[in-house]
Amino acid sequence: MTTVHAGRVELDCDLLIIGGGAAGCVAAVEAKELDPSLRVIVMEKAHVYRSGCLAAGISALNAYLTPGETAESFLRYAIRETVGVVRDDLTLSMAHELNAQVKRVEDWGLPIPRDEQGHPLKRGRASIKIFGERIKPILGKRAEASGAQILNRINATGLAMRDGRVVGAYGFGVRDGRFYEVRAKCVLIATGGAAGIYRPSNPGMAAHRMWYSPFNTGAGLAMGIRAGAEMTSFEFRFIPLRIKDAIAPTGEIAQWLGAKQINSLGEPYLEKYYEHLGGKRMLTQDRLYATLMECRAGRGPCYLDLRGVNPRKLDGTITSYLSMAPSAAMIMSDEAYYARAGGEMAPVEITGGEPHVVGGHGLSGFWIDEQRRTTLPGLWAAGDVAGGTPKKYASGAWAEAVIAIRDMVEQARARPAAVIEPEEAKTEEARVYAPADAPGGVPAREVEERLQKVMDEYAGGIGVQYGYAEGGLRLARLHLSRLAHELAALSAESPYELMHCHEVIDRVDVAETLVAHMTHRKETRWHCYQERLDFPERDDARYMLFVNSVKGPDGTIRVIERPIVRAEIDVVLPALEDGAMIRGARTRADDPS
Amino acid sequence: MAIFVDEHVCNRCGTAEEPMCVRDCPGDLMFIKANDKASITDNRECWDCAACVKVCPTQAIHMQLPTSLVVRGVTLKGRALKHKTTWSIRLRDGEEKTYETPSTGKPPFTPSL
Ligand SMILES: Cc1cc2nc3c(=O)[nH]c(=O)nc-3n(C[C@H](O)[C@H](O)[C@H](O)COP(=O)(O)OP(=O)(O)OC[C@H]3O[C@@H](n4cnc5c(N)ncnc54)[C@H](O)[C@@H]3O)c2cc1C
Repeated sequence: MTTVHAGRVELDCDLLIIGGGAAGCVAAVEAKELDPSLRVIVMEKAHVYRSGCLAAGISALNAYLTPGETAESFLRYAIRETVGVVRDDLTLSMAHELNAQVKRVEDWGLPIPRDEQGHPLKRGRASIKIFGERIKPILGKRAEASGAQILNRINATGLAMRDGRVVGAYGFGVRDGRFYEVRAKCVLIATGGAAGIYRPSNPGMAAHRMWYSPFNTGAGLAMGIRAGAEMTSFEFRFIPLRIKDAIAPTGEIAQWLGAKQINSLGEPYLEKYYEHLGGKRMLTQDRLYATLMECRAGRGPCYLDLRGVNPRKLDGTITSYLSMAPSAAMIMSDEAYYARAGGEMAPVEITGGEPHVVGGHGLSGFWIDEQRRTTLPGLWAAGDVAGGTPKKYASGAWAEAVIAIRDMVEQARARPAAVIEPEEAKTEEARVYAPADAPGGVPAREVEERLQKVMDEYAGGIGVQYGYAEGGLRLARLHLSRLAHELAALSAESPYELMHCHEVIDRVDVAETLVAHMTHRKETRWHCYQERLDFPERDDARYMLFVNSVKGPDGTIRVIERPIVRAEIDVVLPALEDGAMIRGARTRADDPS
Repeated sequence: MAIFVDEHVCNRCGTAEEPMCVRDCPGDLMFIKANDKASITDNRECWDCAACVKVCPTQAIHMQLPTSLVVRGVTLKGRALKHKTTWSIRLRDGEEKTYETPSTGKPPFTPSL
């Protein structure tokens, strides 16, 4: 067995990219294209060929300006979906980059089907179809060929700081156990969001059959929190509405096969929640909320209606799932088989998954400026780890990476080589390997289970159907703080186990900040995502703002409110009645008359 | 989730270098046992991405849904070729269904729906 703590490695570079996923790979290529003389290092905990969210592949790019759409129309859509709380500057600058970055990755070999006019096939107003099974190897190989140095299987643990500036990062080899100290003039954090904060929707052997990548454990967020970076909107959690058990996206069936969401009485139910708004006003979160309400009213479970769909048409859907969520393909294939054998296609049950902290779907992450600079000088953020812009997805992560890199390249040219404080490096090395010196201590899995139980029960997990209130949050804070003792007793007997220890250490840091944000926003703005049972109304007068936070050196989390700066754009916010009408629909439907 | 390695088929990619499933697993779950066969550290950790399934040059790896997800007896194999990936899903009663997904390069023409 490899020694857990096996020597150290020191490296120097101009640009360090932490996380070689969607954002990180494109960032590396952009940097080397802008200036081939720059030394660029990518630090990746897995291998860039199949790491992160894109490991299985994806079947669509969900941020794209389809014909007729503009950056402004994209922003209007984002403002509506987040009920006003969004960074217009970030959203606009991202939107302007989207199509160029998609074209670029297409040129690298990503198959994008196009129509007779040469436009990518549209799946939604901001979404196009792709054949993305091989998307991650395409990005990874391109990053490898760019001339950037790729450090695979290095788990980043901390930012190196000197005089208030980020001057590099620390990590350890998950295979070789070595400590890495990488000095850099500019650092991009691109480690994705955080899964595994909450109890997953599937049990035991299937626990990792969750929506988000279980290997994205919020490392970058935690590194930023520990270094005092300002974070935004953690309380905007993302909860996917998914095909039950497989936790695969419903859009594939809903959009391609035109299947409606129906309740267990066979009634389409979305319409009744928004008919008064003239039809298509359903926000993403409300599709989930409406599903939950149907269940609460005794009309659940809910389904996607596949009755009447020609089973042969399903082959296209199964093929799509193979490129993205293979287990869903297995389940669908099995169902379709029975339909062919003479039975009727069973409706596909849908349900909410577990909550995640993920800036590419929601708003949570580093507070950044238009150049994607974080509040820590020397550190930029892109992709799921960056906050303020929803609806980013893969193509938006590429756009953000490119925007950040342009600024980083400029700055790196003018900066002297970075110097790391030896004292700080020593302290981090001791922190990283502490679990190696605690034989017989607590295994990471137990602490992870404790964290997930606390968050699920007190902070609005799937087990309590996402709602929460101050009383529970208080207990969440208490029990999270008590976890410090367990974290100090973590034990690892291999570098691989050491990785699990740091994953849970990082998750607890993310969870603490999350609970601080959830505590502060005393209204309900985003159903299910942010559902305060003690403050069920939306309060625009008080909370049309960003909830941000900074963790101080003494460990206290200071909450900061930041105003919304609206671009010059005419936009109609979802009416306050949207939420009220949902409750109205419930009342109406429950009314026996 | 669960992936299984057929030890009669796995030849550790016929190389002394790092086998491809060991290289590609996003959770670092694959390793080579003392008998030179690939294996998974812990099936509970698997995300079900099928990266190892597709990259295996001898198709020694297949995926199964865990019993806790109720669908039993359905298995998946795949093979990444240059421009496409071929798949086969074995249904509960043993029937085999095959599929193909384009993977790199210019896609086949797909009519809009
Ligand atoms: C199941 C699923 C389906 C999706 N489908 C679509 C879709 O159809 N269309 C679409 O546009 N978007 C889709 N998305 C969203 C898209 O995948 C993400 O928005 C995008 O990948 C975010 O890019 P990123 O670089 O921020 O994160 P990732 O691509 O996940 O990259 C993060 C990288 O950081 C690495 N990392 C993490 N921690 C550390 C550490 N401590 N040290 C070093 N490296 C680390 C990870 O291994 C990974 O390589 C989907 C996401 C999921 C989860």
